[in-house]
Amino acid sequence: MKQLLILGAGTAGTMMLNKLSRALDPKDWQLTIIDKDPNHIYQPGLLFIPFGMYSVDDIIKPKSDFFPGKAKVIFSEMKVIKPVKQQVELENGDILHYDFLILATGSEIRPDEIEGMTEDLWRKSIFDFYTIEGAVALQNYLDKWEGGKMVINIAEMPIKCPVAPLEFTFLADDYFRKKGIREKVEISFVTPLDAAFTKPIAARELGGFLKNRGVKVVTDFNIGRVDNEEKKIVSWDEREVDFDLLVTIPTNMGNDVIKRSGMGDELNFVPTDKHTLQSKEWPNIFVIGDATDLPSSKAGSVAHFESEILFENLMAAINGEELSASFDGHANCFIESGDGKGLLIDFNYDTEPLPGKFPIPKVGPFSLLKETRMNHLGKLGFKWVYWNLLLKGKDLPMESSMSMAGKVFPEEIPA
Amino acid sequence: MTTEKIADRQIEFDEDGFLANREDWTEELAQELAYMEDVGQLTDKHWKVIRFMQAEYDEKGDAPSIRKLNKESGVSTKELYQLFPKGPAKKAAKIAGLPKPKGCI
Ligand SMILES: Cc1cc2nc3c(=O)[nH]c(=O)nc-3n(C[C@H](O)[C@H](O)[C@H](O)COP(=O)(O)OP(=O)(O)OC[C@H]3O[C@@H](n4cnc5c(N)ncnc54)[C@H](O)[C@@H]3O)c2cc1C
Repeated sequence: MKQLLILGAGTAGTMMLNKLSRALDPKDWQLTIIDKDPNHIYQPGLLFIPFGMYSVDDIIKPKSDFFPGKAKVIFSEMKVIKPVKQQVELENGDILHYDFLILATGSEIRPDEIEGMTEDLWRKSIFDFYTIEGAVALQNYLDKWEGGKMVINIAEMPIKCPVAPLEFTFLADDYFRKKGIREKVEISFVTPLDAAFTKPIAARELGGFLKNRGVKVVTDFNIGRVDNEEKKIVSWDEREVDFDLLVTIPTNMGNDVIKRSGMGDELNFVPTDKHTLQSKEWPNIFVIGDATDLPSSKAGSVAHFESEILFENLMAAINGEELSASFDGHANCFIESGDGKGLLIDFNYDTEPLPGKFPIPKVGPFSLLKETRMNHLGKLGFKWVYWNLLLKGKDLPMESSMSMAGKVFPEEIPA
Repeated sequence: MTTEKIADRQIEFDEDGFLANREDWTEELAQELAYMEDVGQLTDKHWKVIRFMQAEYDEKGDAPSIRKLNKESGVSTKELYQLFPKGPAKKAAKIAGLPKPKGCI
């Protein structure tokens, strides 16, 4: 019996398990998935928790709901991966052998990477919303907050879901407005980037959104430390921003098991071929989702597009064939803009987000890079799609490669 | 694309203000660029960073992040900011004759 191990049963690992269990003959292949946490968190829903739009129950389900019957499931922390021996060691010392390995251990926030972040003010005046604990603590805080200086800070790039901090800012503006305290809140968006977003056309559009909402934008700010006494963040070049409430998107890193196994870069992301999704070092290891070092967004939609490519290439590798499927970096993200509206962006390695219609050219129903109510409904609908189609590895009405159909070319966009 | 006359040579810069042609790069030009960037006289420490950036770029196709510089070049983040005030990753890449670091998506 051959062994195929999937490490991590989050978005990407669960999708791959479902796809592979349908394709591999159980007489020849034992499929095993390992995760430390028995609960699956719908991470895009974390954005809505601080504003009381979703409750914790909306975004947690038992992982077992999404596993096919045939797979072996192990709930345990992984201690170390030994690629030379083709083994994975669990917390209790058990050793599993593999013929092929899929790494899907994701990325996580590391507030401890920033001096002073996890000291006196942590979860008192400093919150994250990338974890359930952080998002819930922030909700409780916002519920009682009467206003002051709110600072949203991205510590360093890359972060998963790079639009989430912008969405948070738009939703916060809307939340304070509806609460009648918008004029009592000064909102600053403090980023290490040189604009609101990484890609120029989208950055211009989204930067305009921040301006219209009266949000102060501070760019090129690389946080060096948090001053807990004076309540300010200080950059490496000694610029300072005061806060009453700091919403941080701390450094994102791959799990420490990657570090313990000596398989990652300086952020514990695994060097991966950006087209085939094969590990650069080990031909029988494939990497998917946030765990890779690809120059693509770290997002559930990206993991979905990757899953189709990875599936084809893994099957080819199993059959001793050439890896012919090629990932193009396709990402597709709804951006919540507040007041029941949203945007949609669709892009890949080579093409930045452009305006237009999606998925059907000229028709939509979604509009690219434009604020509409329909896009907001798409964002809310994504939760259903995620639980019912995406995790189960079913097809979505989208191609894994990005299409230019329906997009307006950059030279046609007025500056 | 812009062209500037530096030390009697016509040097082309790309739309981000970074060197358009890596072949134009010389140690003398690096020093001129350093003055233009308010980095001043280049010391051994500066050169260590510049050489590291160039080697990384040749290997990986993108200039390294500050975190990587800190971890692998042996120069701490604090020092990097002292050496290349206001944005070590960008400034050091520019002086090293590399394109603007892609950063992340
Ligand atoms: C606030 C927020 C908003 C977002 N919004 C969107 C959005 O609108 N659209 C979108 O497409 N994406 C969004 N995302 C991103 C999306 O959730 C992630 O990109 C996606 O979940 C990545 O999937 P993954 O399988 O790579 O990692 P994960 O789903 O994080 O799974 C990794 C799994 O590995 C397990 N694991 C790791 N290390 C170990 C170990 N040592 N031992 C045992 N188990 C281990 C973890 O327990 C986890 O279950 C958002 C994320 C956040 C935080």
